[in-house]
Amino acid sequence: MNFPANLNYTKDHEWIRIEGNTGWIGITEYAQGELGDVVFVELPAVGSKLETGKSFGTIEAVKAVSDLYAPVAGEVTELNKEVQDSPELVNKEPYERGWMIKITIANPGEVNSLLDAESYKKLIAQ
Amino acid sequence: MIKRTPFYEIHAGLGAKLVDFAGFEMPVQYSGIIDEHLAVRNNVGVFDVSHMGEFIVQGKDALAFLQKVTVNDVAKLTEGRVQYSAMCYENGGIVDDLLVYHRGDSYMLVVNASNIAKDFTWLHSHLEGDVKLIDRSDAFSLLAVQGPHSIATLQKLTTVDLSAIEYYHFGKGTIAGVEMLLSRTGYTGEVGFELYFDSDPRTGVKVWEALFQAGTEFGIKPVGLGARDTLRLEMGFCLYGNDIDQTTHPLEAGLGWITKLNKGDFIGRSAMMKAKEEGLKRKLVGFMLSEKAVARHGYELVAGGKGLGLVTSGTFSPSLERAIGMGYVPSDHASTGAEIGISIRGKSVPASVVKLPFYQKGS
Repeated sequence: MNFPANLNYTKDHEWIRIEGNTGWIGITEYAQGELGDVVFVELPAVGSKLETGKSFGTIEAVKAVSDLYAPVAGEVTELNKEVQDSPELVNKEPYERGWMIKITIANPGEVNSLLDAESYKKLIAQ
Repeated sequence: MIKRTPFYEIHAGLGAKLVDFAGFEMPVQYSGIIDEHLAVRNNVGVFDVSHMGEFIVQGKDALAFLQKVTVNDVAKLTEGRVQYSAMCYENGGIVDDLLVYHRGDSYMLVVNASNIAKDFTWLHSHLEGDVKLIDRSDAFSLLAVQGPHSIATLQKLTTVDLSAIEYYHFGKGTIAGVEMLLSRTGYTGEVGFELYFDSDPRTGVKVWEALFQAGTEFGIKPVGLGARDTLRLEMGFCLYGNDIDQTTHPLEAGLGWITKLNKGDFIGRSAMMKAKEEGLKRKLVGFMLSEKAVARHGYELVAGGKGLGLVTSGTFSPSLERAIGMGYVPSDHASTGAEIGISIRGKSVPASVVKLPFYQKGS
C-alpha cells in the first residue's frame, strides 16, 4: 500500500497535503480499501469552518458509510467537484484526483500534531 | 470456532476480503462489489455459497411432515422440481425461508447458514411418524453460477442439455467429470444454476478451475457476499435476519404467493388466517431515494414527522445507480408512489415507494 511521504495523516485515515497555509484533504488508500466502492461523497459548503477531529462530511460506499474528520481546524475554500460527480476516484486515485476539500489552515502550529507517513504505516499495521 | 468452506484456499489465493458470516469465513468481495455485480448482470459470475445448510428428509411420512412445517404446498412439488417456501412458528413468525427439492426417494431442504442449528432443532421437535431428518450441511459444496452467459459456460462442461432444465427444476449430471445436482435456481434475478456436489476441497478445486477456464471467453468473475446482497436486493428478494425473521409473517413480507392457506393445516396457518381476516397492518415495501444518500438497515422510515417503521435492507444499486431499500410501513403508506422519508443522520431524505423488483432486465 502506498503512503506518500509528502502527506500528513490522521488516525481516522484522512490525509492532508500542506502548502503554506493551504491544505488539501482526502482519505488514505487503506481507508478506501476498507470502505470498498465509494458511491457518494457529501461535503460541506465553501466557507464552512472545520474543527479539529470533528466530522465535516460523509462518504457512502456500497456496503458502509463513514464520517470524514477534519485533520486540523480551518475554512473550506474549494470542493473537488470532480470527486462529487465521479466518487470512484476516491478508490482509484485516493491521493490525487480523489482529494475532497481544500482549506485554509487556521493554526499552522497544529500541523505538528499530525502523523507522518511512517507513523501512519505503523498505526495501520497494528 | 470459525468454519471454512471447501473453497477457502481459493478465496485467500485470489486476495478476497474475508469476513465472518454466520460462523463461516466468507469472501465479501474480490475485485469490488460494483465490478462483481455488473459481471453477473452482464456476463457470468461464480459464488461460493457452501455455507448454506442442507437437510435430507425421508421416510413414508416425509410429505405429511413437510406439509405441516412449511407454508407452500409440497403436494404440488413433483420429482425434479424445487419449491421456495418458509417455515413458521405458531404465531406466524418466520423460522427461516428455504428451498425444498423433491429428489424422488427423499426431499432436500436448503436453509440459511445462520439458521442451520436453529432450523434443525425446530424441525426435529416437530417430527412425527416415519420421518428421518438428517443434517448433511457439511457434505455439500455449493457454487452458484449466474448471469446471461452462465448456461454457455456450464454447457461446455457437461453432456446434460441445460437449456432443457426449466426455472426451479433440477437435474443430475457431471460438470468437469464431477457428479452433481444441477439446480436452475439462484438469488440474483439472472439465469443460472446452483451446483451441489461433494465437499472434498480437491473436488471443489477441480470444478472451480473448470468453470473459470470455460468462462474466460465470457469474462467470468468470482463474486462475493457483497454483490450477492446488492443483486438480491435489486430483485426485492428477502434476506432472513433483515427483511424477514421471527417477528414478521410471510403475508406482510410479500410472501403470500408461497403461503398456501388452503392446502390444509400447517404450523402458523391459523395466525396468518387471523391476520388476513383483520387486514394486514403493515407491509414490506421497496423504496427508492432520489438524493445522493444511502438508506441502511435499521434507519427509520418517517412521514409527517412520525416514525413508520425501519429499513430492513438498504444499499446503493449498481444497476440503477441510486439508493434502494426495503422496509415495513403501515398499510396506508404501502401503495406504489407513496412519498415517505428516510431518517439519515438527522435529516428526512425523501423516498418513493416503488414496485418490486427494482431491477428489470434492460432497465
